[in-house]
Amino acid sequence: MRKVAVIGVGCIKVGEHWKKSLRDLCFEAFKNALNDAGIESQMIDGLYIGNMSSGYYQRQEHLGSLVADSLGLIGVPAVKIESACSSAGFTFKEAVQAVASGMHEIVAAIGVEKMTEVKTPDATSALVMAADHDYEAEFGVTFVGLNALIKRRYMHDYNVKDEDIAYFSVHCHKYGANNPHAQYPFPIKLETVMKSPIVADPIRLFECAGIGDGAAVAILCPLEKARELIDEDRIVEVAGVGAATDTIRLADHDSLTSFKATILATKRAVSSAKITLKDIDLVEVHDAFSITGIISLEDMGFYKPGQAAKAAVEGELEKDGKLPTNMSGGLKSRGHPVGATGIYQIIEVTQQLRGEFGKNQVEDAQIGAAQNIGGVGGSVTVTILRRFR
Amino acid sequence: MSWAPQYWRELPYRYRLIGSKCMDCGRKYYPPRKVCKCGSENLKLEPIARKGKVYSYTVIYYPSKEFQGQEPIMVAIVETEDGARFLTQLTDCTPDQLKIGMPVEAVFRRYRTQGDKGLVMYGIKFRPVLERD
Repeated sequence: MRKVAVIGVGCIKVGEHWKKSLRDLCFEAFKNALNDAGIESQMIDGLYIGNMSSGYYQRQEHLGSLVADSLGLIGVPAVKIESACSSAGFTFKEAVQAVASGMHEIVAAIGVEKMTEVKTPDATSALVMAADHDYEAEFGVTFVGLNALIKRRYMHDYNVKDEDIAYFSVHCHKYGANNPHAQYPFPIKLETVMKSPIVADPIRLFECAGIGDGAAVAILCPLEKARELIDEDRIVEVAGVGAATDTIRLADHDSLTSFKATILATKRAVSSAKITLKDIDLVEVHDAFSITGIISLEDMGFYKPGQAAKAAVEGELEKDGKLPTNMSGGLKSRGHPVGATGIYQIIEVTQQLRGEFGKNQVEDAQIGAAQNIGGVGGSVTVTILRRFR
Repeated sequence: MSWAPQYWRELPYRYRLIGSKCMDCGRKYYPPRKVCKCGSENLKLEPIARKGKVYSYTVIYYPSKEFQGQEPIMVAIVETEDGARFLTQLTDCTPDQLKIGMPVEAVFRRYRTQGDKGLVMYGIKFRPVLERD
């Protein structure tokens, strides 16, 4: 297997892009990534497109052909990868495999989701397709509802206060405020979170990632080739990729307050990177809800069960804290265009390792990790990136 | 769009709370599975206990399109007396009565209507165990 490097990243600001189609979003993000890498589009010989619900939102499938066509890459093999909210994490993994195996040379991993074509109840119907249709969605639960079941049980089992969990949103917004591609780039107060309407008890509106449009692109090539193509200071190596699945139904998980797929994916990523958890300088976790961010930090092994909420409140997740977490603003503040999110995380970790993350730059960041969850932990990817120089 | 066959083929399980039991490790599942978590394929269809306790619950105020108008919807994960754990709706109570550990029992109820022709979808919900004389 060849070593793989990220040589270019690009995205668009997450938001409500009423005048832009799914094709437009991909095109812009792709152009930004090409400029970042300083390469020509015709050098790309493989294309992977992460997306969850284009069939529902746009009545459009066959994104492989559509996106290749839109980017001027007619003839290049391209395919859509779907794994609910971890579509982009799995897309990145496929792209890494394609380069590592020698099948492709320069590959673009694209994540895209355009959610604002429909009204909120329709988006709610699309999102709950990540759950078991016949035995979860058809019983009236929503995706927020499934996560509310987790939060309720977590508070019960570990005696953690509601507002300590909700604080995770405050933490994310503090950093998202400085992220130029964040959907909601402003700080919020804990009081605002606690007073926001209950969506599915005990989860409030300001504990949920919003609905938005986004596209994000990472360009990969063999590490050896990267040294010819770009400045060595800007090379970021894909140190390890881990992925795992769990039962699709939440009630079938071994535990309601822990995602086994995160535990497995982290172990696999860490072992393939030949590092230990302590070597990780910063992490992007999948905080689709405040509770999800918290249990992710526990499942990855950074905190013991029941401890991560307190760690956030006590400042351990700050830029100069023990484990800088979600310096992008996370899903809550940067946004969560579902099938694109995993690549946004890759972009943010890459920029950190290059030292290009502006106000939220973690000093001397060498190794960063990104965790992307599909459904309620039915699938998870963990990617570890390392600065090359 | 409607999906009558997809609903119809699940009727025995939806109407009669039939799940499966692993004959090797004893785990019980609802809905039934073909392969147990222990790896065994030696599972038998079996009715699930109709009494249990609330393991976790939520109240949904913003439902999906299909359940518009039914909010607030009370949803729980219940653990039945035979050890099965699954998601269901709660009924015959109000959100303020819900508690982890509350005893509940299965009842047959209407869920929603589906498609252009208004196919009525029924199934099992759980309600608080009634105090009887």
